[in-house]
Amino acid sequence: MSSPPPPPLASAVGRSVPRREGAAKVTGAARYTDDLVVRDAWFGKTVRSTVPRGRIRSITLDPAFDWTHVVVVTAADIPGDNVVQLIRDDQPVLAPRGGEIRHKEEPILLLAAADRGTLEEAARHIRIEYEVAEPVYALEQATEVFSTVEIGKGEVVEDVEDLKDVEVVERTFRVGLQEQLYIEPQGAIAIPESDGSIKVIGSLQCPYYVHRALKRALKLTDQQAVVIQAETGGGFGGKEEYPSIVAVHAALLARKAGRPVRLIYDRHEDLAATTKRHPGVITHRTAVKKDGTLLSQDIEIVLDGGAYCTLTPVVLSRAAIHAAGAYSCPNVRIRARAVATNTPPNGAFRGFGAPQSLFAAELMVEHVAERLGMSSVDLRRRWMLRLGDTTATGQVLTESVGSELVLDAALKAAPRVGTSARRHVRRGRGLSLVFHGSGFTGSGEKKLQGTIGFEALADGTFRILTASTEIGQGTKTIFCQLAADALGVGLDKIGLAPQDTSLVPDSGPTVASRTAMIVGRLVQEAAAEVKKRLSREKAPFRVEKSYIQPDSIHWDETTYRGDAYPVYAWACTIADVEVDLTTGAVRVTDLVTAVDCGKALHPVMAEGQIEGGCLQAVGWATIEEIKMKDGGYQNDRLATYLIPTALDAPRIRTILVENPYSQGPFGAKGIGELPMDGPAPAIIAAIHDATGVWLDEVPATPEKVLAACASR
Amino acid sequence: MRFTLNGTTISLDVLGTRRLLDVLREDLHLTGTKEGCGEGECGACSVLIDGQVVDSCLVAIGQVEGRDVVTVEGLALPDGRLSRLQQAFIEHGAAQCGICTPGMLLAAQVLIEQSRRLTADDVREGLAGNLCRCTGYTKIIDAVLSCTK
Amino acid sequence: MLHARTVRPEPEALLDLWSLHELKGVRRTGDVLEIAAAEPYTGIIASPDVQQHLPALAAAARTIGAAQIQNRGTLGGNLANASPAGDTLPVLLAYDAVVVTDRRSIAIDEFFTGYRKTALQSDELITAVRFPRGRQVAFRKVGTRAAQAISKIVMAVSRHPGRGGARIAIGSVAEVPLRARRAEAALERNDIEGAIAAVAEDIRPIDDVRSTAAYRRAVTQHVLRELLVRE
Repeated sequence: MSSPPPPPLASAVGRSVPRREGAAKVTGAARYTDDLVVRDAWFGKTVRSTVPRGRIRSITLDPAFDWTHVVVVTAADIPGDNVVQLIRDDQPVLAPRGGEIRHKEEPILLLAAADRGTLEEAARHIRIEYEVAEPVYALEQATEVFSTVEIGKGEVVEDVEDLKDVEVVERTFRVGLQEQLYIEPQGAIAIPESDGSIKVIGSLQCPYYVHRALKRALKLTDQQAVVIQAETGGGFGGKEEYPSIVAVHAALLARKAGRPVRLIYDRHEDLAATTKRHPGVITHRTAVKKDGTLLSQDIEIVLDGGAYCTLTPVVLSRAAIHAAGAYSCPNVRIRARAVATNTPPNGAFRGFGAPQSLFAAELMVEHVAERLGMSSVDLRRRWMLRLGDTTATGQVLTESVGSELVLDAALKAAPRVGTSARRHVRRGRGLSLVFHGSGFTGSGEKKLQGTIGFEALADGTFRILTASTEIGQGTKTIFCQLAADALGVGLDKIGLAPQDTSLVPDSGPTVASRTAMIVGRLVQEAAAEVKKRLSREKAPFRVEKSYIQPDSIHWDETTYRGDAYPVYAWACTIADVEVDLTTGAVRVTDLVTAVDCGKALHPVMAEGQIEGGCLQAVGWATIEEIKMKDGGYQNDRLATYLIPTALDAPRIRTILVENPYSQGPFGAKGIGELPMDGPAPAIIAAIHDATGVWLDEVPATPEKVLAACASR
Repeated sequence: MRFTLNGTTISLDVLGTRRLLDVLREDLHLTGTKEGCGEGECGACSVLIDGQVVDSCLVAIGQVEGRDVVTVEGLALPDGRLSRLQQAFIEHGAAQCGICTPGMLLAAQVLIEQSRRLTADDVREGLAGNLCRCTGYTKIIDAVLSCTK
Repeated sequence: MLHARTVRPEPEALLDLWSLHELKGVRRTGDVLEIAAAEPYTGIIASPDVQQHLPALAAAARTIGAAQIQNRGTLGGNLANASPAGDTLPVLLAYDAVVVTDRRSIAIDEFFTGYRKTALQSDELITAVRFPRGRQVAFRKVGTRAAQAISKIVMAVSRHPGRGGARIAIGSVAEVPLRARRAEAALERNDIEGAIAAVAEDIRPIDDVRSTAAYRRAVTQHVLRELLVRE
């Protein structure tokens, strides 16, 4: 008698299995960049411009100081191109003597020394003189345009004089700067090898972005530049492109010093000098029939890119594509531009333009509803995109449209509204409905051809080789779940290679809500292929899988028409607020959000992404304010740039709705950024519900709320 | 100077004005305690001194003479197994990027050792000095509540 | 510690007072409560004597930072630092506290002499803060967030019917923690509306990274009304 077959392994996908690196994180064993011990390493420091615009007239190293124990790097020491490799070659690695300064905190010099004390002393003995020029701060005065996007569908209603039964609502919205505020500041350690290669270990999201930047500035080959991601304490986009600068700076110092250099930012420098969310102004002119039929949307977007281009064109693109909101409208015109100002460059931050444009789109629904005397929820139900509808770019939504699902789920789950016991506190509720494209825009994924490797090892285990990084969102855990299920083995059989460019191929950056959906799918397919091969071949062997765009996706980059994203994820958020009329302070007490994620590969992690993203949006909407002074941020310490504490955070209730996408692994869609889109407009609507005032901007600070209430 | 660290007596010869945070990380190679801001705002550097949670970036090592210090490295059980609190953090998804986790665990440890029954609001107040950017705090509070009496 | 790292020239040595038990504790002798200078806020909050006799002080201490700061922060520190935003300082003013040093007692009204300046001599040590019994104080802090926030305004109000003298003490609206004298005078005449109007003249708020003068002025009036009505 043969023994009964072992019971089938419980599927890992869909279960909230323990985080792969969880034990290391709760014991303090996880090693972040500054935790790493590197023998003989010196400390590095960046010397930055104190003026927002001008030219460097002179750089003087005080001869009274002993410079023999300090390494100084200037633009003249850059062996390759003095360019931060990204989209446009406009940002220098270091501003040269005689060169242009375009923003405060612009890097000019680098220093390295054996101890921090010497470093600080050396920095105090440098004098830089500038020929200052008149800076441009106001969007209306900006003359340099980084990029423009125009999207058109049908014909927008311009002249309504002859039209009966038509209302035109016009509003202007303002969105503010926001700092990503990863709790681990930026940092990199560069280690020069005797063969001329340079290894950089850092806190980063995109090893291959850094790799390209190192090759360009230090004139290194693919093999000579090695980038390794250390355990990373948060990114949210703030470590998408900025780490290239830190890495190149560290590498230049290490190369000149002939020894490793640690370039770790302190919080003040990180706040003062690194990229922020693009602020901007968005204007809507919406025409509706008096019965609520949506006729046309005419939208103008202006985003402030700061001094250099960085990723601005892509941010603008996403902002424009989402600008009409989650609604079906026959006539849409979107005109978007991003301009340069003499402020530190703005860059990637979760949502990447969509939170900004969706803020405006969602509040327009509220304003139109108010004008018509209708419920904004009813209006959304009438207007929302459904299966088979066409978006502003002419994309027909052929599957996985969760708009009504999430609206119904959120409404059902929202707690009953109470009234406040305190006389001077008013309660209010607001709702928003948003969508967010998963994956790169248009032909982005096709151009990238992200690639992963997958190995079957001789000992019966397997190894995933990917450049996709774990930054807290659960990459490592879900990749192992996908691989385990595709192979039909236990999770303990799956391992991952380090995110080291000398070991793994380029699966693309860890951004754009693409990691689970696009790269995870590659992991799933590679694992399935390995399983098939194992039936006829013995380990060890390796397969590679590259992204192939489905034939069904068509996008025209020149006309901005077609399938902007492979698929969209959907969210409905209901925010409850209390407004204290004594102080104007807004407290978000409860947030309910229903999210159509396609499939929750790991429910706890999916909720975690949603809860965390929602709170970041709550902060953006209420207390995360950045005031500018002479082209620099006044809020440059953690005592003055404020994010929500546990006492400020609302109770957040998440409802996961599974509405599968056929091309996603197990039907999963990307949701990393979506949670950033819904809360802000819902909060503004809630403030109106509580007080009767409309604040068409974020952050809705107490100062603004109080003034608005007073002028009623 | 001498003090107790995670149950063991430590003798050090260091400049008394150095931050406890730096002595832990650089001299004692205990890198579990993190620096998030250096100004007592984020709590990533939290440690316990005589059972109370403090920001180690604001404590001079000289002030620790004769005291009992606990860091995240001292939370696991003597046989190396994770404590109930550490397990709860993993089960509930209370750690994402993990950089706030050591400080958060120590602040939470003080809470769960209290004899009274805690509410969610008590936990929020007790953790208000530990900033987290990843989680929205929801699952951290769930994890801590699961460990209270 | 923060200050020690940035002040120039760097101090040669720091004297640590933390372990001196004489500088710790809450003591009550008859009618008078005395809190030692280095007693941490956690101890002040937990003290049954403080909770019963100085509840506004406990309330103020709870708004300072969070657990980590409350475990190390002290009245002595708050006083010596003399920040106009110090959360406990208006409460001390409202309670008519007395600053006890190694050589004398200084009435709280005379303690703050300018922006971050006190009446202390350069080698004088604060040893305790003494609170006479009897005052009822109402307190409110307005900050950007619920914890870990420097105040936009912070106010403590005390009426002492029949025992002379209203106290309206406000922080973050001038270069020192301020007593709003004109508003107090109106209050002593039982003119509440007059007090609320007058307080706007008493204060000299500024625009800064946290807030604006206009906001501070408006909220000072709102909060004063709230605390007076609550009383």
